[in-house]
Amino acid sequence: MSMPILALEKISKRFGAIVVAASIDLALDKGEALGIIGPNGAGKTTLFGIVSGTVAPDSGRVLYEGSDITRASPARRCAMGIGRSFQIPLPFTGMSVFENLVVASAFGARRREREAYQSCMDILERCGLAEKANRPAGSLTLLDRKRLELARALATDPAVLLLDEVAGGLTEYECQALVELIRALRRGGISIIWIEHVVHALVASIDRLLVLHNGAFIADGDPATVIRSPQVAEIYLGIEADA
Amino acid sequence: MSDSKRVRVVFESRASRIALVLFALGVIALAAAPYWGGRDDLQLLAEIYAYAALASLWNLLAGYAGLVSVGQQAYVGLGAYLLFALAILLGLSPLWALPLAGIISGLVAMPVAGLVFRLRGHYFAIGTWIVAEVFRLAASQVSLLGGGSGTSLPASMIIAIAPSRALRDAVEYWVALALALTILVAIVLLLRSRYGLALKAIRDSEVAARCSGIDVMRTKVLVYIVTACGTAMVGALIFLQRLRISPDAAFSVNDWTAFVIFITVIGGIGRIEGPIIGTIIFFVLRQTLADLGTLYLMMLGLVAIAVMLTAPKGVWGLIAERFGFSVFPLERRVILDDGTARK
Ligand SMILES: Nc1ncnc2c1ncn2[C@@H]1O[C@H](COP(=O)(O)OP(=O)(O)OP(=O)(O)O)[C@@H](O)[C@H]1O
Ligand SMILES: [Mg+2]
Repeated sequence: MSMPILALEKISKRFGAIVVAASIDLALDKGEALGIIGPNGAGKTTLFGIVSGTVAPDSGRVLYEGSDITRASPARRCAMGIGRSFQIPLPFTGMSVFENLVVASAFGARRREREAYQSCMDILERCGLAEKANRPAGSLTLLDRKRLELARALATDPAVLLLDEVAGGLTEYECQALVELIRALRRGGISIIWIEHVVHALVASIDRLLVLHNGAFIADGDPATVIRSPQVAEIYLGIEADA
Repeated sequence: MSDSKRVRVVFESRASRIALVLFALGVIALAAAPYWGGRDDLQLLAEIYAYAALASLWNLLAGYAGLVSVGQQAYVGLGAYLLFALAILLGLSPLWALPLAGIISGLVAMPVAGLVFRLRGHYFAIGTWIVAEVFRLAASQVSLLGGGSGTSLPASMIIAIAPSRALRDAVEYWVALALALTILVAIVLLLRSRYGLALKAIRDSEVAARCSGIDVMRTKVLVYIVTACGTAMVGALIFLQRLRISPDAAFSVNDWTAFVIFITVIGGIGRIEGPIIGTIIFFVLRQTLADLGTLYLMMLGLVAIAVMLTAPKGVWGLIAERFGFSVFPLERRVILDDGTARK
């Protein structure tokens, strides 16, 4: 068995009385796409914080390609190949959409600036933002800000891509385009963890689905099976998956 | 994507090119000042350049890197003292001592950064001020340079700059102009580089910046050191022109920080052009109000308050927002090869 590209070992995290992670284990294989669902406040975003280095776990280890990165800075992890989008978009509002990608590429992918230009435009094209390349990022609508989150994460040239709710608010047509994009990224060799409430888009794009609840993964397996499992029905009682 | 068009990236626009040409013409006219101006004019202009440079550097530090230092007089004084030390103790020509003073000050700034960067927010500001006080006290202990009462540049050193007084005035003037321009160009280039983008990114969202691969601390330390180096060279030049140095003058918080902050804030913090406009306003005020004594300082305070209330982004902020215009644009614009500029 080959080594997972990313692994969490016995990760625990609490905020005061709220336990968001109770000794969580997780392994992401190279090329794999993993989906995470769970009720609001389950700790999904916090888990991304722990992987990307913005949140320190109380205990446990984060491994990237087998080496311990639990104490590595977010910048270092990004340069190693962990790219992340933010659920609440955090665009660099004072610069253009294009520059948002250039800076991510120059630092996250360690590209010389001139060599980054072409790939940044290509990414904008793929994410549907090319027409807005010269716009100040601060002028974008929420939907475009979400697109920018994905585009900027891609500009860092990630080996592992962490997507936090990028499908919300998209039309059916746009959602299909997103699913296509993510499939194409996977064919390009990127491993993905995707947190998403838009379950049908998620299920169409991933290999494996995990359900986070009360600080632990209560289900893990084939997406279609997990979605129909009684545990999931119980958590989402009354909330029909919008598939 | 196979059908993607070639990407070209530019900073300038038509308006900014015209402005740049006008700026260059202005610089040429100023460079010729030794031929049209008197000794007083040259000295006043050199002082203006020094303040424009100090304010531009402080603007880089506080406006772009968010490092609100009230202790940059530490480097003005350090640079000045280094120049005197290198000239008096080692017999180095002042014109050589000037860049050397900058480099050494940049080196000194490294361990100082290690100290003050442990402090956050207001404490950082206070820390920088304490460092400057420590530097001042240290300078007053150096008896070889006159201790607390200071010292003068020996006549032999003054003659080493240029044999005649008129030529010396011209040389010092050109050095002042060249130094200010070099600092301005260096700041523009820095802000146009990836580090400029990193500074903006950090300002907009530190978390997202870090997760995009930017080492926040490293970037800020880099700016701190570059600023220290430039500030020290300006300090060295100011006291080379004065020919006399003392700890109180060289490490004056009033002259090298209060006025500089005033200039930057009224001109427009966080914009390249701001400190330049601010310097012009400051000197106009000073030349017209200087006879008023203390009242002059109170007037400066009133102007600062008025500007902060009516135009918090400074005078240049007003201009830039009204006309969407800058002389030194820092934004990249994508132009595709088929000639279409994207909106
Ligand atoms: N920095 C923090 N300090 C205190 N509590 C926090 C902090 N960050 C998150 N929390 C709390 O931890 C819990 C998990 O938050 P998190 O954002 O990870 O949930 P989530 O699963 O992403 O939820 P959602 O589906 O709403 O995005 C929430 O109760 C949240 O209020
Ligand atoms: Mg979340």
